Formats: sequence, structure tokens, C-alpha cells
Amino acid sequence: MTVERLLKDEATEEKGDRARMASFVGAMAIADLVKTTLGPKGMDKILQSTGRGHNVTVTNDGATILKSLHIDNPAAKVLIAPDISKVQDDEVGDGTTSVVVLAGELLREAEKLVNKKIHPMTIIAGYRLAAECARNALLQKAKDNKQDPDKFKSDLMKIAMTTLSSKILSQDKEQFAKLAVDAVLRLNGSTNLESIHIIKKAGGSLKDSFLDEGFILDKKIGIGQPKHIENAKILVANTAMDTDKVKIYGARVRVDSMAKVAEIEGAEKEKMREKVQKIIAHGVNCFVNRQLIYNFPEELFADAGILAIEHADFEGIERLALVTGGEIASTFDNPESVKLGHCKLIEEIMIGEDKLIHFSGVEMGQACTIVLRGASSHVLDEAERSLHDALCVLSQTVNDSRVLLGGGWPEMVMAKEVDDLARKTPGKKSHAVEAFSHALQAIPTIIADNAGLDSAELISQLRAEHHNDTTNAGIDIISGGVGDMEKLGISESFKVKQGVLLSATEAAEMILRVDEIITCAPRKRENRM
Amino acid sequence: MALAFDEYGRPFIIIKEQGQKARLRGLEAQKANISAGKAVARILRTSLGPKGMDKMLQSPDGDVIVTNDGATILEQMDVDNQIGKLMVELSRSQDYEIGDGTTGVVVLAGALLEQAEKLLERGIHPIRIAEGYEMASRLAVDHLEHISQKFEFSVTNIEPLVQTCMTTLSSKIVNRCKRALAEIAVKAVLAVADLERKDVNLELIKVEGKVGGKLEDTELIYGIVVDKDMSHPQMPKRIEEAKIAILTCPFEPPKPKTKHKIDIDTVEKFQTLREQEQKYFDDMVQKCKDVGATLVICQWGFDDEANHLLMHRNLPAVRWVGGVELELIAIATGGRIVPRFQDLTDEKLGKAGLVREKSFGTTKDRMLYIEHCANSRAVTIFIRGGNKMMIDETKRSLHDALCVARNLIRSNSIVYGGGSAELSCSIAVEAAADKYPGVEQYAIRSFAEALDFIPMALAENCGLPPIDTVTAVKSQQIKENNPYCGIDCNDVGTNNMMEQNVFETLIGKQQQILLATQVVKMILKIDDVITPSAY
Repeated sequence: MTVERLLKDEATEEKGDRARMASFVGAMAIADLVKTTLGPKGMDKILQSTGRGHNVTVTNDGATILKSLHIDNPAAKVLIAPDISKVQDDEVGDGTTSVVVLAGELLREAEKLVNKKIHPMTIIAGYRLAAECARNALLQKAKDNKQDPDKFKSDLMKIAMTTLSSKILSQDKEQFAKLAVDAVLRLNGSTNLESIHIIKKAGGSLKDSFLDEGFILDKKIGIGQPKHIENAKILVANTAMDTDKVKIYGARVRVDSMAKVAEIEGAEKEKMREKVQKIIAHGVNCFVNRQLIYNFPEELFADAGILAIEHADFEGIERLALVTGGEIASTFDNPESVKLGHCKLIEEIMIGEDKLIHFSGVEMGQACTIVLRGASSHVLDEAERSLHDALCVLSQTVNDSRVLLGGGWPEMVMAKEVDDLARKTPGKKSHAVEAFSHALQAIPTIIADNAGLDSAELISQLRAEHHNDTTNAGIDIISGGVGDMEKLGISESFKVKQGVLLSATEAAEMILRVDEIITCAPRKRENRM
Repeated sequence: MALAFDEYGRPFIIIKEQGQKARLRGLEAQKANISAGKAVARILRTSLGPKGMDKMLQSPDGDVIVTNDGATILEQMDVDNQIGKLMVELSRSQDYEIGDGTTGVVVLAGALLEQAEKLLERGIHPIRIAEGYEMASRLAVDHLEHISQKFEFSVTNIEPLVQTCMTTLSSKIVNRCKRALAEIAVKAVLAVADLERKDVNLELIKVEGKVGGKLEDTELIYGIVVDKDMSHPQMPKRIEEAKIAILTCPFEPPKPKTKHKIDIDTVEKFQTLREQEQKYFDDMVQKCKDVGATLVICQWGFDDEANHLLMHRNLPAVRWVGGVELELIAIATGGRIVPRFQDLTDEKLGKAGLVREKSFGTTKDRMLYIEHCANSRAVTIFIRGGNKMMIDETKRSLHDALCVARNLIRSNSIVYGGGSAELSCSIAVEAAADKYPGVEQYAIRSFAEALDFIPMALAENCGLPPIDTVTAVKSQQIKENNPYCGIDCNDVGTNNMMEQNVFETLIGKQQQILLATQVVKMILKIDDVITPSAY
């Protein structure tokens, strides 16, 4: 009897233990990859893109690393870019590395259990139980200082510093933490980070970075136009200022003599002049357009003493409209009803070698600009990523102000509770619950390892400390021992920790449930050579 | 041999290009087909039941899907074998008809094929087996009717419906919050159900997903959710008592379909054309405003100028809304889809109590909620989840749950799950077998044995000793004359499915048995497989 082939050629099928093995190995490999970046003494990675130019990125940010990986193992794909860690990045903004590492550790423990012939479903049941218990433990221990603004602010500072301490900005973390906290507090609780504008300018050092209360637009002022305007009225527009085309379909110019060409050109110019006149009639002294402004209208604006800024990108326009309170206009027929934007002062400023336009004294206090300075574009990119992480965490913390201590403290607290639960749980599930606690403890272990400390010694000390319910003990990386996290001022956001816990458990569960991998034949690329 | 001889004894060839075709005949063909069918069933076998495992599928483009849904697995598997494709079809038709039990039907077909193989080895003719199966399936379906129970629920008492949906969801990855999802599914179905006609149009339920948040954040919205935002960033984000103009024409200069050219050769023409153009935009916007619309939803794009005019006249607008969504909005709000500005009138506007824009997370992600619609018969289930895979899987699971709820509204007979119905049928079929004389008796008996496969697979997936458990439950059913004993998958402690509240719809089960039998009959009748051989 012939064995029939069921699937197409090149399609592969892996079953049972083999499939499980393949997915475990894949997922753990990813976890091991980003493991070394965890914690304040974590190392960076160099990523070289396959695209033209082989751009190099140096980063410590889990999300960025994972996004750049090309992975073939399907289970590993569950963990990387488009999924788990991406969500963590979008929603919470930080903790991406922790998610992957924790999921990897959970799977490592699960593998041991599977080898002991415990059914994956039992393991999942145990993990769920443990995750719930761990979450409750966090809930109980979380502190909320929303009522006390001073304390809340110091909490935010601490969180920002903790987040930044693992990044390239750690040298100047105090300064950047202050930057980030100030910027986020200006948002008044909204999580819309778009009003915080980050401008990167190479040159100077990271220390020269600063927060500007106004709005900075990375554009040049047209030649011959005023460089300094007080009490500016700004019209923000999205309109064609090159040649205003006739949009009616099928229209074309057909002439039979040079004179006529000149006439039409004159009409076109006249049309533009009219448009400019209309704009001027709004009584503005600053005009910002998303599209190009050709020389002719620019000249007209210069004559009228109006500052015209061309080609501000879409985001810039939206932000500017938001900041100055004006509306984005495209037609200019009724000047009285168009809302204009206002600001106290527009001026050209110099940062390094570049000229930028600075709008200060804007109506809406929400927006602000952070100008980053640094030695090279790599440093700046990494600084931006780090700052973005910090800003995300902070803005989430403003909404959910519960705070936990850092330095492996939450993991140890959870591990202890989960361990207690394991002792109370009857049945095979308890093995899984216990495994969960081991996986949690792996995180401080990795942090210690990355810092070159004796992890086994430290973790056992920590565990002993945590036997006492009210301890604040965590790993003090600087002194290399166990320290009081409260005194050291190391805090983390509750929301981030909870996100890490839940996403990691979910990812591990998803991979555990798989008992068969079917890979379709890759779609053939047509060879057009 | 495909050689025939004409009346003069000369051979001629019936099938062209003899050498390039592979051919299987007779018993060999049947066995090959059966083994292919079994192979498909074997893949799905481990996904059956509440403790069933998932499959990870990598598509030709490298995307990964993790799922537990039989129909999806087979669809994505890219099966090449003809018989395998039949099984895929089988699962798909169960999906279309019933929407649930797609795994079970394939496993059952596989079991029937396996039994048929044994019978074939004894030398029983395939047609006789097929006939026996047919009789047995009729017996089983009748018996199901016999043990089924009427199931009482009403709009106020939805608890029983929720319980049923929970059974369906318990085999999926979402079973962490099956209670919440089941409630959402039931409420959604009831919202769109026509209880008098006992029919539910599932197309009125839109399932939308967005990555982020938690599964627990999944919500049911009595209205429509559109993954779009207002065309102008400064338009109002919240409109109450909205009157909606639903347009399928763009806010752009007209483009006549016939080829035409407008020649500009004088300055006057240039100017008139320009004025015409401006007037055109102005007219369009004014038209919408005049009929009293407070929100414009358009299938096409807007010109920058039109966009500003809209915003200027305080007329919020949404652009690039897909055709399907547009229809749903029209149904929900009771509006008419208007293809030309000229046709816009007051009564063609849709009405909604509240339209609002909601943003998510730290990134720029906004969605438009249209709620409190004039016709509340369109609802949206909005799924949140950790990642795209999770959301896709939730979508599939919810689809199953929705189908189950719909089937219950269509006909409220239920049978108990956990393999109890199959076991009870198996007993009944086995008992009836003895009454049939002839070879069919064997086939009927084999059918009964095949029915045992489902509870057996269930027990196996739960980590219970399969034969021990199934025989114990079967004897219990006979001893206590209680057709509700099944496999205790969740370790609750009782195997009376009535107490565990595990049930399935009667039509779902009947359909499973009928469909599986039909496909098996078809496969058995094939005795010749001709394929172009490999190059």
C-alpha cells in the first residue's frame, strides 16, 4: 500500500513532542537573545540592516531588537515583533524585554515539566492559577500616591530614573528623568504623546538636551521675511501654493500663440496674487503651509511682512494647529470665520549649526518640545527610543498611579506568593505553579548576572529577606548587594509590571497549547531575471 | 490495464498518454483513499474537546496562525491530496451550515473510514458498507431526536443560552474569560434575532478586532465601530443626535465617464473654470448642510479644499469607509446610501444617537463609534487582545459561539455533550444492528464502533485512560439507562453531563453524523484514481 502524501511538496509537518520541542527551542532562543540587555547593566546590541547602506543601529530596546530580527521559527514569531512585545510597546511603552524573557523562562520551566510527562494542559491550568495569584500579590503591594502631588511627582521621577537607568541615557538620568516628567505633567493626564515633540540635532553632548515649553519647528524662515514676530497671529494651512491647478478633470491649456501663453501665465499669477491677498486679508503675520510655497507667493508674503513657512510636514501642521489653537485651512474666502492661531513670540533660534523656528507663549500649554543633542545619529536615535520608553511609562503612570518598587522586588514578592499557593494546591497543577515561581525568580537572577554579580548568592539572600512580609529588599546593582529599594528610590509602574506578567503568561500559554506545526510551502517568488 | 481491444483484436488506448498517468484501482484505490482521509482526521484528533491542543500553521507568506478550530486548520493546511480536500470540504460545509463542531465531523469521518477499512479486508463490498452506514446514520439521527430535550429560554432568561455558548468556547484558548465572551455572543445574537421568525442574520453582527488591551476589555457595542477617523483633525470628536449622510460619491470635481477635454485658450475661460471649480466644492458641501446632515460618511476621498469647507461649515466627515461597513451603517442608522449629491434629501439621512471617536494606547489609533442607532438591530463585537493571533483566534471562537446561539434560536432542541450523545447513539445503533439481516449488519455494527471514537478521543486528550473511561461510561449508560453520561473532561467529579451543563445543539450533532456519513460513502464508492504522475 502506498502512503499518500497529504500536503504539498515542501510543506512540512511536525507533530507532538517534536513540534513542542521546536517551538520551545525557538522561543527560548529569542528570549536568550534579548536576555543580556535586561537591567541597568544590560548590554547593547548592534543591528545591521539588510537594506541598502547596511545601516547600523545600536540599541538596548527590546522592541527595536525584536522588530529587526528575521525569524523562521513559527513559535519564535509568536514572541517577536508584530505581536506580544509590540503590543507592550504600543500600550505601555516599556518592559518589552521583560515580556520576552519571562515568557522564555516560563517555557523553559514548562519544558522540564513536559519531560516529566505532565500534560501541557495541566501546566497551562497551573500557570493561569499562578498568574492570577501573582497579579493579586502585586495589587496588594502597589502603592498609590495620587493624593499627594509632591510624593506623586517624586514617584514619577523615580520611575523615570529606573526606566532610563538601563539605557544609554543612564549617565544623565537625573536630567532626562526631569525632562520626561516635566513633559508628561504638561499633558494633564492625556496619553497622547504626540504633543511632545522630540527634535534630534547632532552636535554637543547629551547633557545639552533641553525641554522647551513652546513649539519648535524644524524649518527655515523665508528670505527677506521678519525673523522675530511678537504677538503672532498664525494661519495654518494645507493648500497648494505652487501653481494652483485646475482640478476639473480633462482641463488642459491649448493655445495658438506666445502672446496667449503670456496672458494665461498672467492670469495664473493673478490668481496666486489674489490667493495671497486673501490670506493676507486674514490679518495674519505668520503663514504656515503644509505644501510647498513657490518663490512668487513667498516674495508676496515677504513684501507684506508676513512670515511664511513652507513644507511643514503633516504631523508638524497638526501639532502646530493643536498648539496654537488655529484651524487648518484650505480655502480663504471668508477670513472672519477662520480661527487663527496665536502665540506670543516667533523667533529664529540656533541649535548647533541649524536654524529652527521657535514658537513660544502658545495658547495650549500641553505641547512642548524636547531637543536632544548628542555626538552621533546613533546616540541620538537610541536616546530618542529611551526617552520614548520613559515618556510612555510616565504617561501611563499618570493615569494609573499605582507604583511598585523595582530592582527585582516585585518578582520576588510574586514568587513568594506563588510559592505559597503551590504548597496549598493539590494535584499535578502545583508543579506548574511552582515552576511559575521559579520563572519569576529568573528575572532578578538575570539582572544580577548581567551586572556581573553572584546571582545565586544574591537571590538566596533576597529570598530570605522576602520571607518577611514588609521588606523592601531588592538587588542594588551599584553596590552589588541586597538593598532597600525604597531608600534607593527605585520604582516601577504597576501597569507595566502587570502588562509584562499577563502578556508573558498569554504568550507562553499560546505556545504550550500547540502540538503540531504545519508549515506551508513558501510562496514561490517569480524569477524575472 | 487501460488497454481495450476492438472487435478485430487490435489494442487501442482509452486513456491518453498512458505512461504519464498514475493509476490506482480496486481495493488498492479504496485503501489509499481511506488512509488519506484517516491522516487528515488524525491531525484534528488532538484538537477535540476542552483540553484539545492547538495547531500552529505557517502560511506560504510566513504568517503564523495558532488555532484550535477544525475548519481553519484544514483551510490553512494547503492539502494537496484529493481525498484530503474532500475532508476539508466536509469541515467547511459543517462550518457553513452549523458553524460549530467542525473538528468533530472530521474525526467522525476518519473513524468511519477506519472501520470501513477493516470491513473491506474481510471482503465486504464497499457499496454494502456504504448502505449499512446509511442505515446506521438514520438510526443514530432518530435516536438523537429521541434523547434530545427542549430547551427553554427567553429574552429575559438568557442563562441557558450563555451556558451553551460557554461549552463551545471552553475548547478554545479564550476559555479564560469564556463567561464574558459567551454573554457578549448571546446578547449580540438576541439583539439582531427575529424571534418570531426564529431567524438570525449573523451578518448584522460585525466582529471587529484591535490589537492592544486585554481580552477582558472585549465589549459589545450596540452600534457600529469603524476603523476610521474624522477627515480633518479639528472636527468635533463627539456628535449627539447625529444625522448622517451616507455618500458613495467623492468630494472631488466630477469625472465624467466619457472622454472629454476642456481646452483653455483664453484668460476668461481660465477664470470661469476656476470659479466653476470653487463653486462646485461649495455646492457639494452646502447641499449636505442644507438637508440637515450633521455627519458625512463617504466611501471616497475628499479634496483638501472640500475637506476644509466641511470643517469650516462645522460638518464632520469620515472618508474612505469600506463598502461593507457603509452598508452596515446604512442598515443600522436607517439611512439610504446616496450615490449623487443631487439625490440627497432629508429622509435619506441616517440617524444615530451618538457618534464618537475613541483613541487607544500611546499611538495614534482611533476608531469611530456609531451608537444608539435608529435601527438597533446591528451590533458590533469589539475584541481587544494581546496580539493579532489572539484576536484572530478570538474572532473564530466567537463566530462558533454566535452560530451556536443562532442555532438554538432556530430550533431549541439540545443534546448533551461530552461524548454522551455519541455513546448513547452507539448503544442504540449496536442494539438495532442485530435486527438487520445480511452484510449490512456488520457495517451498522462498525458504525456504532466508530461513534465510540469521539468520546475516546475526548478522553485521550484529557489525559484519561481512553478505553477504561469509555467502557466504564458506556456500561453506566446501559445500567442506569441514562443517556446523559459522558466523559468528565474538566475533572468536575461527575460524569452526568446534565449536571455539568454541557450541551450542544441537536441539529449540530445530527448534521455532523449526516455529513460525515455522506463523505465516507462518497470515498468508499471511488474505485479508480487517475492522477498525472509526477514529472
